[in-house]
Amino acid sequence: MTLRDILLLSLKSITSYRLRSLLIILAMALGVAAVIVLTALGDGARRYVANQFSSIGTNLLVVIPGRAETSGSFPGAVMGQTPRDLTLKDAQLLGRLPQVRRYAPLNVGVAELSAPNRLRDVTVLGSTAELMPIRHMKLARGRFLTQGSEHSAQIVLGDKLAREFFPRSSAIGQRVRLGENRFLVSGVLAPQGESMGFNTDEIVIIPISYAQSLFNTSSLFRILIEVKRHSDIPSAKISIQKTMLQSHDGEDDITVITQDAVLDTFDRILRALTLAVAGIAAISLAVAGILIMNVMLVAVNQRTTEIGLLKAIGATTTDIRRLFFAEAVWLSLIGAIVGFLLGQFGSLLIRLAYPLLPAWAPVWASIAGITVAFITGIIASTLPASRAAKLDAVNALSKR
Amino acid sequence: MGDQSVYALNKVNLDIASGEYISIMGPSGSGKSTLLNIIGLLDRPNSGHYELDHKNVTDLSDNQQAQIRRKKIGFVFQSFHLIPRLTAAENIEIPLILDQVPPEERQPRVNKALLDFDLQSRAKHRPAELSGGQRQRVAIARATILRPAVILADEPTGNLDHNIGAEVMLLLEGLVQTGTTLVIVTHDRDLGARAQRHIAMRDGYIVTDEI
Repeated sequence: MTLRDILLLSLKSITSYRLRSLLIILAMALGVAAVIVLTALGDGARRYVANQFSSIGTNLLVVIPGRAETSGSFPGAVMGQTPRDLTLKDAQLLGRLPQVRRYAPLNVGVAELSAPNRLRDVTVLGSTAELMPIRHMKLARGRFLTQGSEHSAQIVLGDKLAREFFPRSSAIGQRVRLGENRFLVSGVLAPQGESMGFNTDEIVIIPISYAQSLFNTSSLFRILIEVKRHSDIPSAKISIQKTMLQSHDGEDDITVITQDAVLDTFDRILRALTLAVAGIAAISLAVAGILIMNVMLVAVNQRTTEIGLLKAIGATTTDIRRLFFAEAVWLSLIGAIVGFLLGQFGSLLIRLAYPLLPAWAPVWASIAGITVAFITGIIASTLPASRAAKLDAVNALSKR
Repeated sequence: MGDQSVYALNKVNLDIASGEYISIMGPSGSGKSTLLNIIGLLDRPNSGHYELDHKNVTDLSDNQQAQIRRKKIGFVFQSFHLIPRLTAAENIEIPLILDQVPPEERQPRVNKALLDFDLQSRAKHRPAELSGGQRQRVAIARATILRPAVILADEPTGNLDHNIGAEVMLLLEGLVQTGTTLVIVTHDRDLGARAQRHIAMRDGYIVTDEI
């Protein structure tokens, strides 16, 4: 028998036993679709996180006070000293480093924002004009904190706050009270929504000096530093640590977080998660394989006389084996293709339902899903096919 | 039973000339079907040997025997053994497919067979839609499409009523006219009597062998 005839004949028996074939194809397709949809979810989550990071800026270093990691003996602890705070002076020192394009000191707190007839607690960011380009913020109206505005009482409102407090008129130029101080609204942020678990629509931004007096502190929450080039990040990190070591009298009491390091960690975690989920989904493919084996064994039983007849009219054992083998190949091939389409469709639905989540199945997952389906089908068919080939023609024919 | 071996065939010595028309008769368990299976290379004798076309084919491999069955032997069964999901034409085509005849040659040969056995109008019908006589005609067309030297028929009219059975016998006997060897196994004395040579079997022995 030629390959072409084997494929045609086996396709014919698949289309004749329609319900049986549909069920196998469905089982196979669901397995492949599960692999694709679940990896699309996992990889979508990974890309979502990556996007969030790049929306903050990719050339970003964050300096936070204290050591995040333990490093053996810590002399300060023995001397009864606590880690030093980060100060504005530290920020200015770091701002002078050659790799640094711009920097922004940051303080965060909660205070009561009030205007005539309106009152609510808001998250307050204290910073400088540089915060806007560093955090890739966008203004809807007015101006951000102006350069050298440290001592003028300006405030920038998040989009939602501006609408809540000034529903009928423009917020720009209005006076609001934050804690004990009065501020002049200079700008309103464009709506951005959630960014790293932080809703910029519901924050206010004021100059750092006002934030420090508002929260009665001289220390900083952190310092954001943007380097000139991405390749400057490692050297900038070393320079920052050196500068701070000098400034803090030889005390290594700050931590520098690079975007890359955090992103890498998230990336690794989410990749592992995606793989694990894909592995679980692949189990359903194994189940589909067992189903194929079962159904093919039943088919061999049902078609015993047919096999005997084929042998009597001159089919070799190889012919018979290939016929049943080809049937399983067809079933798993069609199942894999249907599953691929189903998986892509499922991913599309997820993307439509959650536009923020870029749920695209990675290419490797599609290839792996289809390949595993195919191999499972082929392995599952070898036993039934060889059982068919070994049937004794005389006995097979006498079975009525 | 016990230590004693049971022989399905015993001391059977049979020579069949090319173009002969032979009937093998005997009660159930007489060994006639076993004899037919050995002639048809579906079964191997535990001892003894079988020559086909002056060649000893007893010890050939399964695949070699399958090739000889394909090219030299045609089977006609009592229960037709057509493949239910294939049409009449497709059933007739199977030996051509097994023999790797190119597709463009197959169609004319199948059409000719349909014509020879008066099945043109039934070509696209499945076995379930055919009458018993039509089914057996399809089976005969399938058995003869590769022009085998031997046709082995096991109760070919067993599932057919008398008139249809007679028609089928005429078709088979027509093959003898073209030089084909025909071996028929049957219970039916009248049917057996039509052959040129009659073999009677009992308990694995050939009892009579007369022309």
